[in-house]
Amino acid sequence: MVIFDNLPLYFEAFLQTLSLLLLTTLFALPLGTVIAAMRISPIGSLRATATVYTEILRNTPLVLVFIFCFVVLPILGVVLPFMFSAVLALTLYTAPFFAEAIRSGINGVPVGQAEAARSVGMTFGQTVTLVVLPQAIRSVIPPIINVMIALTKNTSIAGGFFIFELFNSGRRLVNDNGDQVIAVLVGVAIFYLLITIPLGQLADYLERRVVIKR
Amino acid sequence: MTSVLYDVPGPKARVRARIVSWGTGLIVVAVLGYAGLTLWQKGMWDPTRWDIFNDPLVWAALLRGLVVVLQSALVATVLALLLGMVFSLLRMSSHRIVRIPTTVVLEFFRGMPVLLMMLFILLAFPGISAFWAVVSALAVYNGAIIGEALRSGVVALPKGQREAGLAIGMRPLQARLQIEFPQAFRNMLPIIVAQIVVLLKDTALGYIVGQVALIREGELLAEFVGRQQYFFSIFLVMLAMYLAVNLTISTIARQLAKRRGITVSKVVADESLSVQT
Repeated sequence: MVIFDNLPLYFEAFLQTLSLLLLTTLFALPLGTVIAAMRISPIGSLRATATVYTEILRNTPLVLVFIFCFVVLPILGVVLPFMFSAVLALTLYTAPFFAEAIRSGINGVPVGQAEAARSVGMTFGQTVTLVVLPQAIRSVIPPIINVMIALTKNTSIAGGFFIFELFNSGRRLVNDNGDQVIAVLVGVAIFYLLITIPLGQLADYLERRVVIKR
Repeated sequence: MTSVLYDVPGPKARVRARIVSWGTGLIVVAVLGYAGLTLWQKGMWDPTRWDIFNDPLVWAALLRGLVVVLQSALVATVLALLLGMVFSLLRMSSHRIVRIPTTVVLEFFRGMPVLLMMLFILLAFPGISAFWAVVSALAVYNGAIIGEALRSGVVALPKGQREAGLAIGMRPLQARLQIEFPQAFRNMLPIIVAQIVVLLKDTALGYIVGQVALIREGELLAEFVGRQQYFFSIFLVMLAMYLAVNLTISTIARQLAKRRGITVSKVVADESLSVQT
């Protein structure tokens, strides 16, 4: 069975996909938080900047972002290691999606909650840390996990740009095992599902808990 | 601009916000200006890098690519809508033998990257053209997602709709197709249109599996006229083309969402549908 024969290769590729996912989340989540903060800030120019960035990136195919990082930047004289470019492209693209998830979570907290907190004499700091954030974080986590699921699938594009991750391992294994194409690719798909299905279950579980608490 | 995070600003706070706004606005403009200036010093805005666009053949090549993108997207959208209806019918079937396998298969389709599905179709069906591999992968993947949207749209309808249909003698399938689907479809339209934007963006994946569409045309063009000199300007033109098409459809999606009111967020029981990438 071709899957078991090549388990070490699959595993290496799986780890690469996983590290793309984790590294991108590590950078994109803070960037997304900043963008979300800009988009709900009272300062008009920050709002506009964040909105334009979000609109452009959300309407650009990820492949084009990859081409920017892998082809256009070197032409401009910025040569980066492949892995760095891949994480950069994924981060630039994913951050606005994280931002939207965070923003809708915060805006989902009813204004009355903050007003009630202020009217019983809580300070601004208390209002935010004790009333608004605990509720916002709870409703923000399931959509963030959903963005991570989409991100997992998007890491496959890095396979088209010199990174040896799951998609690329599939291409290589198909070259070596031309007679067992379907088995090879089902194997790759299973490794993806190994990440996406547990994440999906986690999101569903957390979501149900949030709904009950409210 | 009011938010749960801060009180509605008073006159003083508004003045302060405006001052800070101008300040940060200037910083943003300065950063962009610096970037533009750096590009200018590198000669990126130089006419010698843009003169190819005087040649109608260059535009012909790029537009030919754009047409392929639009064609792929259009065919895939139609197929995805049809598949979505079929998937949601099967998924809501009253027979477990149909329902459970469909659920598993749909989960499989939604959990793997479209790119992998394109490669899969390309290799599993020898002789298929890259165009049809891209289109059918997009149709299956987005069909699975649209199917889920339709299903949650149907689930969210009042039970009486279906019961009324059955009561006047419709067969179950008839009630679903003639009474529930039209309503579910209309309620879910913003989500479905947003998914079409995703589909359109994903046509770009064809580049990786060897379909000759906009990006590949641009690249071939750059190889022909000199990559180092012209790829930057060709890239910007391709970006503008994609943005123009996608922003148009996104705007339509937003208009539809606005017209349908806030109902969408209530209808979407399935969270995973509300976040598109």
